[in-house]
Amino acid sequence: MTSTLLRAGLGLALVSLSTAPAVGASRFVADPYPSTYQAHPDGPLLIQNATVLTGTGQRLDNADVLLRDGRIVAVGDALQVDASVTRINADGKWVTPGLIDVHSHLGVYPSPGVGAHSDGNEMTAPVTANVWAEHSVWPQDPGFQAALAGGVTSMQVLPGSANLVGGRGVTLKNVPATTYQAMKFPGAPWGLKMACGENPKRVYGGGKGVAPATRMGNVAGYRAAFIDAADYIAKNKPKPAKRKGWFGSDKGDSAGDAGGKRDLKLDTLAGAIQGDIRVHIHCYRADEMATMLDLSKEFGFKVAAFHHGVEAYKLADRLAAEGVCGALWADWWGFKMEAFDGIAENIALVDRPKNSCAIVHSDSPEGIQRLNQEAAKVMAAARRAHMPEIAPERAITWMTANAAKALGIEAQTGTLEAGKMADVVIWNGNPFSSYALAEQVFVDGRRVYDRSTPPATPRSDFQLGQELR
Amino acid sequence: MGMLNKRRRAWPGATLVALLVMTTAASAQDLLVRGATVATASARGNVEDADVLVQGGIIRAVGRGLSAPAGVPVVEAKGRMLTPALFGGITEIGIEEVSGESSTVDSALKIGEQPLRPEFDVTLAYNPASVLIPVARLDGIGFTALGAATGGGFVAGQGGVVRFDGSADPIGPRALFLRLGAAASELTGQSRAAQWMLLQQMVDEARGQVAADSPHALLTPAGRRTLARYLSGQGRIVVEVDRAADIRQLLRWAAREKVKIAVAGGAEAWQLAPELAAAKVPVFVDALGNLPTTFDQIGATLENAARLQRAGVPVAFAQRDDASHNARKMRQLAGNAVANGLPWADGLAGLTRVPAEVLGVADQIGSIEPGKRADLVLWEGDPLDVAHYAEQVWLGGRAMPMRSRQTELRDRYLQRNAQP
Repeated sequence: MTSTLLRAGLGLALVSLSTAPAVGASRFVADPYPSTYQAHPDGPLLIQNATVLTGTGQRLDNADVLLRDGRIVAVGDALQVDASVTRINADGKWVTPGLIDVHSHLGVYPSPGVGAHSDGNEMTAPVTANVWAEHSVWPQDPGFQAALAGGVTSMQVLPGSANLVGGRGVTLKNVPATTYQAMKFPGAPWGLKMACGENPKRVYGGGKGVAPATRMGNVAGYRAAFIDAADYIAKNKPKPAKRKGWFGSDKGDSAGDAGGKRDLKLDTLAGAIQGDIRVHIHCYRADEMATMLDLSKEFGFKVAAFHHGVEAYKLADRLAAEGVCGALWADWWGFKMEAFDGIAENIALVDRPKNSCAIVHSDSPEGIQRLNQEAAKVMAAARRAHMPEIAPERAITWMTANAAKALGIEAQTGTLEAGKMADVVIWNGNPFSSYALAEQVFVDGRRVYDRSTPPATPRSDFQLGQELR
Repeated sequence: MGMLNKRRRAWPGATLVALLVMTTAASAQDLLVRGATVATASARGNVEDADVLVQGGIIRAVGRGLSAPAGVPVVEAKGRMLTPALFGGITEIGIEEVSGESSTVDSALKIGEQPLRPEFDVTLAYNPASVLIPVARLDGIGFTALGAATGGGFVAGQGGVVRFDGSADPIGPRALFLRLGAAASELTGQSRAAQWMLLQQMVDEARGQVAADSPHALLTPAGRRTLARYLSGQGRIVVEVDRAADIRQLLRWAAREKVKIAVAGGAEAWQLAPELAAAKVPVFVDALGNLPTTFDQIGATLENAARLQRAGVPVAFAQRDDASHNARKMRQLAGNAVANGLPWADGLAGLTRVPAEVLGVADQIGSIEPGKRADLVLWEGDPLDVAHYAEQVWLGGRAMPMRSRQTELRDRYLQRNAQP
């Protein structure tokens, strides 16, 4: 008896070692597929004389940025370093944090778009909280490298929007790798992808003749799922310790849960309720976003961001007041009814209230390559509307600090502050332009892209040798 | 409310409206734009500090020190750039309203029996009251090629050029749209080879080499007549095709049948740049396409436009996906082509003169030259840079309202605070 219990305990200890959940973290967010990402920083580097947008809302002219051991060490005027530090004269260049896209389907809907790789929507049931986008990611998607050339150093890859609850999203560092685990952002929380509106009701009611067929069916579907999750949490509450043996309770696991058979779907929803998994909701219309905010209160979860939100401008004050980000396009509209009210100033209006969190996102392998240009469109549209001028140091936060905040990685990246990951882009000039090009991109202090010396061969295995004749 | 009025600039909105009201005696289609950087999109290139005189909706003069005839309103450009109104691409603007709602979409024919109907003409469905038009126009777009979209057959049907001045009818000749390669393979028995087989049979029918009552006829009598027109060189056949091998076959076919073609998309067109140039075949480049989105686009590159231009191929722009609602992205295509090696003047030409020439309307629009329609845009900055916007659009010399359903929505919520 004792030996059996000991073995069980050892097994649990081993599991917790290999999956490394945060200390005390719920088993709902244990990770059996852990990150193997390794930073490989270059030697210390001083970027000099640049226009620096820090991502904290500051612009520093003629400033230096010092990278060492994969971290930002200092940002400021005329930084003094010893002769061993490599220098880049960035006179006339602009330097920003590495860009972050909170909404990508790279790897899960890769290029080329063949059926065999169409892995973004588990369209077999309206609630598939059990699936994880990371298990669909094809690391050889050429889109990753194209995004890197656009200055994107991190991204969240999400399941698609066919389902009410599509599954877990994963945050990746944008480095070439053979496995997705080697891209997986260490310590980043998962996202939970949910979807409002037309897509789920079209796919299920319209396409398969099962619920949901309507928006009211959608909401009933979310509620049923979260009722199950709340019940699951209750059943998994740690029971009072019975103090049967010297080794502690004979019930529950190392994280204090009570055990019982795991349900992958409910694990994810429970993780979302407990705040360990960030809730990202595809939602276009203002009224539906408001419904989803009520839903979040009904079940006690927090919405990290509404994605696409073409009507977010109608609800901008409430989003800011509730601390919910709006992850938005600059100009997509009209391709379906719920996108009919899209306006070019959406991001500017969402950005306007105090404590707002406006984000430029892509949802597109083309858009992710030029998030900076998307922001430039918004800045121009705001000027056209006679809104107060949006400065570059403000706009850069839409794809750096604010995006990091939505993903829960703001302590590690998203700004050029001492101690942060050295995820940095050197641009050929003001990034808010059609003509802006990322010249050098650093991830954790390693130069992973250099426009002046393109790699001799493509980074993606798929593209290798395709040009041979 | 306050923000709009307080921050409103003297120009262009307020002043221009006032001028127009005061000068009711002169035609609403008269105008002198003074002191502009006139990007003519013609052999004259950009002319600094130049004036453009418009009378009766037509450009009468381009030069320095022009004087305004009595009653003709003057717009001071103060050095800002004046361009021809831009090309919106090959779109469904006015023939689709909401892409996902089939009741609002008229761009594709899906007839099961005899799906190959070149006589199908989408311009007949054109709705000049579409809300897409002011949205595109606000960004400096003055005309588009209405394209027939492939529905039932790889020969999609005809379209034509429409101007966004509220007029109901197309200008210039019709164009015939067809699609080749993987994207049309489902419509041609699962093989791109069958596209040439079917095309050849249609050509034979149109040339009268197949009996009109043949049980194997692909075309209706109207279809034969329509195709015969294109085979005789009237109107251009715009072919959406990406793979270099397919473009090579297309060039051979066009040379053999002596038809005027243009390539649209053309992801791998740069690989055949000398051949395209020699055959004088223009390409509508999707200048943001650099990924192998399909196996037909393995060679996609952002340098496509630049490489084609260097070889002497006329380069215009067109985008895929939601080209209609996103027509305002056309400037971004041109700007990115310039960022990747295309000369700026060719970037502008690809949005103005070249598409007008390709579509057979360059005698009317596409450049700022005397005798052309006064379809003009005054810009707040570089028109190829998304960081800038169109301040005023004139079509046929008439100032277009710089408003759309979207600016109405914007202004409503710009002035509101929290919404219950």
